[in-house]
Amino acid sequence: MELEKIVKVTGRAVNVAGDDIDTDRIIPARFMKCVTFDGLGEYLFYDVRKDEDGSLKDHPLNTPEHEGATILVSGQNFGCGSSREHAPQAIYRAGFRAVIAEGFAEIFFGNSTNLGIPCAVLAHDDRVALSEAIEANPALEVTIDVDTQQVHYGDKTVPCVIRPAAQMALTSGKWDPLGDLMDGADAVKATASTLPYLKG
Amino acid sequence: MAKNLFEKVWDAHAVRELPNGQTQLLIGTHLIHEVTSPQAFGMLRDRNLPVMMPHRTFATVDHIVPTNEFHEPYSDPLADAMIKELRKNCEQHGITFFDTNTGHQGIVHVVGPEQGITQPGTTIACGDSHTSTHGAFGAIAFGIGTSQVRDVLATQTIALNRLKVRRINVDGELQPGVYAKDVILHIIRVLGVNGGTGFAYEYAGDVFDRFTMEERMTVCNMSIEGGARVGYVNPDDTTFQYLKGRPYSPEGEAWEEAVATWRGFASDPDCTYDDVVNIRAEDIKPTVTWGINPGQGIFIDEAIPSVEGVEDGQKASVAEALEHMKFEGGEPIQGKRIDVAFIGSCTNGRLSDLEDVAHYIKGHKVADHVHAIVVPGSQVVAAIAQEKGLDVIFREAGFEWRGAGCSMCLAMNPDKLVGDQLCASSSNRNFKGRQGSPTGRTILMSPVMVAAAAITGEVSDAREVFGVLETV
Repeated sequence: MELEKIVKVTGRAVNVAGDDIDTDRIIPARFMKCVTFDGLGEYLFYDVRKDEDGSLKDHPLNTPEHEGATILVSGQNFGCGSSREHAPQAIYRAGFRAVIAEGFAEIFFGNSTNLGIPCAVLAHDDRVALSEAIEANPALEVTIDVDTQQVHYGDKTVPCVIRPAAQMALTSGKWDPLGDLMDGADAVKATASTLPYLKG
Repeated sequence: MAKNLFEKVWDAHAVRELPNGQTQLLIGTHLIHEVTSPQAFGMLRDRNLPVMMPHRTFATVDHIVPTNEFHEPYSDPLADAMIKELRKNCEQHGITFFDTNTGHQGIVHVVGPEQGITQPGTTIACGDSHTSTHGAFGAIAFGIGTSQVRDVLATQTIALNRLKVRRINVDGELQPGVYAKDVILHIIRVLGVNGGTGFAYEYAGDVFDRFTMEERMTVCNMSIEGGARVGYVNPDDTTFQYLKGRPYSPEGEAWEEAVATWRGFASDPDCTYDDVVNIRAEDIKPTVTWGINPGQGIFIDEAIPSVEGVEDGQKASVAEALEHMKFEGGEPIQGKRIDVAFIGSCTNGRLSDLEDVAHYIKGHKVADHVHAIVVPGSQVVAAIAQEKGLDVIFREAGFEWRGAGCSMCLAMNPDKLVGDQLCASSSNRNFKGRQGSPTGRTILMSPVMVAAAAITGEVSDAREVFGVLETV
């Protein structure tokens, strides 16, 4: 199956401040009572955005200046906690196409890459400078160059890190691994036949 | 060449290298539940793909099941739709389903081990981050996303980067009243919530050698809370003894062969690790969390950290945690009045957890203002506990005795905190909103510490409440 080659993501960005933004924060468990991922975008960061009575909180995600932003920016260990793919699915369905952070939790990173969402790691000082620039000018255009591992904004260019396997998968349009995995079916059966617990 | 267990299991299951450099890894055992699998089956249907090895996938229902409502249709139509969807998918693809009417339903990480499905030297994946639990048996077990659930169903493999291995030695002797839960909360506190990113944790040393399987599971379960997708303990006689005679364990001659194979997967004595961390068992005290991630833990006799007292990089996190928890920095955690006490979850909902608590609560009563519930990890755990009369002990002490499920660990069923209630919880996550109320507050601790809090009505040192120190 032909997939889009994700070489660059360009768009406006929005800050979700803080380290250790967990997957319960990204999509609270009560919104996972569903058998499809459709409609999850509506619940992205629900409790970050809304009070218990449903009124909007004072948060960049709620401001008209950031409406239509396609890049999320956050701190360390973004996406920690549960393995729920509902988290990157909600991010994607809310219109975001990339995440920039100081670090990502392992499972979230893999889930996002498999959906074609680049997760770029920025050094702390560079991330803070980017967040400040976004805050000062919500219309700022930010580009993640997956190929050269750089983030461009205004007159700035800073290095970012996207793990080699993910970088290759994204830029070559092979971020959904199913096709490659299916190509190995014979080798899978051969490996299985060497393992006693799978022979029976 | 000498290898550690991770390397041995990985190499035995590595099918081939993929074009992007990742490994196509064979997943020998696949566990599924109702929350993260329906979309994967939908993806298979969209592409008209069959399940490659249906006999290597096992299903149960845990996250959404009510614990005090035992007949369908459930009053929550969404929950009802989810269980029916899983039932339909299992029937359609010939997958074994430990359904609610089998007597074997329960939390997926309790069911796998108790059925003997979880075995040493295997790879285990499940769409649930606490799959690391199964590492207690010397398996490489990890949580996966739903697209990967699809990959396992369709190809029995996933694409993965090899992990580094950190050995964590806990040597010496644990003090009385210090439990496996305290050990893992302490490890996460020391190494951080992202300290394990990119690593598998090998837990070893005197303490793990002596631990029962259930204690090892409690520690491995929370590996992911320290950022490590995989956590394991080398298989030994304790492991084999636990597995012997379980429904899916090998029998007769096959048993002897299996034990020999399993033993061979243990890390070689002269193997190497990417990192080694040493922790003294004597340094660990009963640990409780004070904040909004599992790394924000303190010993029960410590004060809650203050913004002023931490490094610049942590000030914002500490301030946010204190604000959510409605705590002041510098206050003792002991004495915080609780509203709810929850004993259960894939971390601490096993028989030994219930036995430990039942041993101490005889003759005590839950404080009037506390709502206390016990949720066994599986129907099997519940049945054995009831046979032993534990349900009666809990009820007499004022706990509600519930049916099996994930319950208030993540509150996808009707068991939820209300408003900013403070919950003493034996579960694994204290994230904001985790227990069902956006403003709800969670303090993680061992089951015995939860019981002490339930009885006194406030966060307490169980060693004092139950006189643990005097009895040894």
